[in-house]
Order: sequence, then structure tokens, then C-alpha cells
Amino acid sequence: MELTNEHIKTRLTEKFGDQVSDFVEPHGMLTFTAPKEMNLKVLQFLYDDPELRFRFLTDLQAVHYPDNKGKELAVVYHLHNLTDNIRVRFKIFAAIETPDVYTATQLYACANWMERETYDFFGVNFVGHPNLKRILNVEEMDYFPMRKEFPLEDQTRVDKDDDMFGR
Amino acid sequence: MARPVRFNITPKERDHQSHIGVADAPEGFTGEGFFTTKLSEVVGLARKNSLWPLPFATSCCGIEFMATMGAHYDFGRFGAERMGFTPRQCDMLMVMGTIAKKMGPVLRQVYIQMSEPRWVIAVGACASSGGIFDSYSVLQGIDQIIPVDVYVPGCPPRPEAILDGVMALQDLVERESIRRRNTEKYQQLMLSYGIQ
Repeated sequence: MELTNEHIKTRLTEKFGDQVSDFVEPHGMLTFTAPKEMNLKVLQFLYDDPELRFRFLTDLQAVHYPDNKGKELAVVYHLHNLTDNIRVRFKIFAAIETPDVYTATQLYACANWMERETYDFFGVNFVGHPNLKRILNVEEMDYFPMRKEFPLEDQTRVDKDDDMFGR
Repeated sequence: MARPVRFNITPKERDHQSHIGVADAPEGFTGEGFFTTKLSEVVGLARKNSLWPLPFATSCCGIEFMATMGAHYDFGRFGAERMGFTPRQCDMLMVMGTIAKKMGPVLRQVYIQMSEPRWVIAVGACASSGGIFDSYSVLQGIDQIIPVDVYVPGCPPRPEAILDGVMALQDLVERESIRRRNTEKYQQLMLSYGIQ
């Protein structure tokens, strides 16, 4: 039987009931949400299930929604079923005060660097990650630059010398 | 109607005598069979016309520099014929392109490895001031980590501008004292950057 978005949705609902929610299909790509504590269970199910077989983690990143109180940080997993060439997008939400999310490195080895990058830019604390430290930015950096409380052109910055360049 | 092109429309006769540029002799006293002048002037003349550039090219300004090195603009005319890709041999560090904060210590290391006398040209807006990258990851001008002698504006600067910057540096080199590194002002400058 051909693997379709409806079938993935049915399988997930059979397994997890109401806990997977918000099914939408922007541009034909199935997108859904689960509580952040469930992330490993859902990923493991998507990986192990003989029909779903989402064995490839294409991408992992975070999004900051400052107005979404209590759910400011979204961690987004892009999964790919290489056999049937089907992709899904799986989101979990975490509060910005407690951005603790279980690491997916045990399941997908490639999540290692992606989670480091996500930590680097958004400060998502991946619990159980083997080496959670900054990967792209300088190690002395003391903030998470992709969070939206930091404006793109910050006039209060001290490392910018505008005297000579008339800005 | 006259052609708008100003160059190469009236071919000239070849003149091997006056077309070969030779640096003028410094001021001095000339007599029959001898010439005296100050040592600093001779050394300045030699340094000025034999700068060894160390290109530190990270982005598009580096492409402009490649054009500057090429046959058309011919950087070699100014005595800077040979690129040295080792800081130990070179005395003119040309920083071309965006320097990310993570690249900063590398650039600093390269500068420290150069031997005295050494000069730095910041080519382009990014190397001079961070340019358009008013961002968390980009160093806002290399003068935050190493001293800079000449800034070349432009995004990227044309080869003429780079040549102009080099000529401005040549003026500096010519007039500087032989042992600049012993002067108190220079040592304080180095100290302000934390370089011994």
C-alpha cells in the first residue's frame, strides 16, 4: 500500500491518540505537533514502524515565537522516508524559561551537530546530548543570537565603532 | 564625431628610454663619483619599492585583488611583485573581506607571526568597519584586533582603489623611521592591542 499523508496521520493517531495534534499539510508536507516530553517516543515510532520507516533526519532547528506565551521555542524535526520518498515535519514546543528537550542523538546520529547548532542559536537545552556546546559562534558569546529579543541592527552595541563611517 | 574612448586611439612610438620608470634618488649630496644621503632615506626607498604582500582574502574583495595582481592592473609595477603566502616573509598584510569574530584570533595570529617592519591594509568596507554585516557574528573592523595603516573604502573597491591604498602605504613606508618598532609611540600602540 502506498504511504500517504492520510495513512501516516492514521497510524500516528492510532498509536498516540490525542497527543499528536495540529495536523496540517502546507505545500503537501504533513506537519504535526506533540508535547515536548513525547518527542523521543514519536520519533522512535516513526523510525521503527515497518510502514512509516522515517529513518533519515533531514534537518532539525528551532523557531522563536515571542508572543506564544509558554510555548516560545518550537523545535522542528524534518524527517524523510527514503524508501517511499515521503517527508514529514514534526514540531514540539517548549517554554523559553525551561527549554529542556530530550536529545535525538541516540536515534539519529546526525542530530548531534544539528542540536549543537540549535543550542548555539536558540539556547535549546538538549537533555542527554553527549557534547552540548557552541558549534558556530565564538565560545565567549553569552547570548543566543537568533532569539528575537536581539534586534538585527542593535544601536546599543559597543563593539561597533561608527565614528569614522558616518552611521 | 570624436570617439568617447580616450585610450589607445593615438598610437605612440615606442620609447624605451623614458617609459621605464625608475624610482627617483633621495635627496643628497652629489659629487664626482660619489653620492651621499641619509641611511634612512635609502632604507625607506628600498622598503617602499619592495613590499611583500601577504593576501588574507576571505571574500569578494579578494577577487578584486586577484584582478589587481593580474596583467591589466599589474600590482608588480609597484615593486610588490611576489605574493608571499607565509607571514614570516611578508611585510604588508592585506586583509580583504569579511572577518568573522571566529576568524579574529586567526588573523591576529597571522599578524603576530609577521616580523617587523610590518604594515596592514584593510581592503573594503567589511575589513574596515564590518560593512553591511552589522551582525552578532562579524568583527566590526579589523582594527579591533590589529592596528591598521591604510583603509581602502569600497564594496568591493575597484583595483584602482586598491592600488591607491598601496601607494598611500608606500608613502607611509618611505617616511617612516628605520627602527619604528623602537619608538615609544609604536610600542604603546602594540601594547594597546596586547601584542608584544
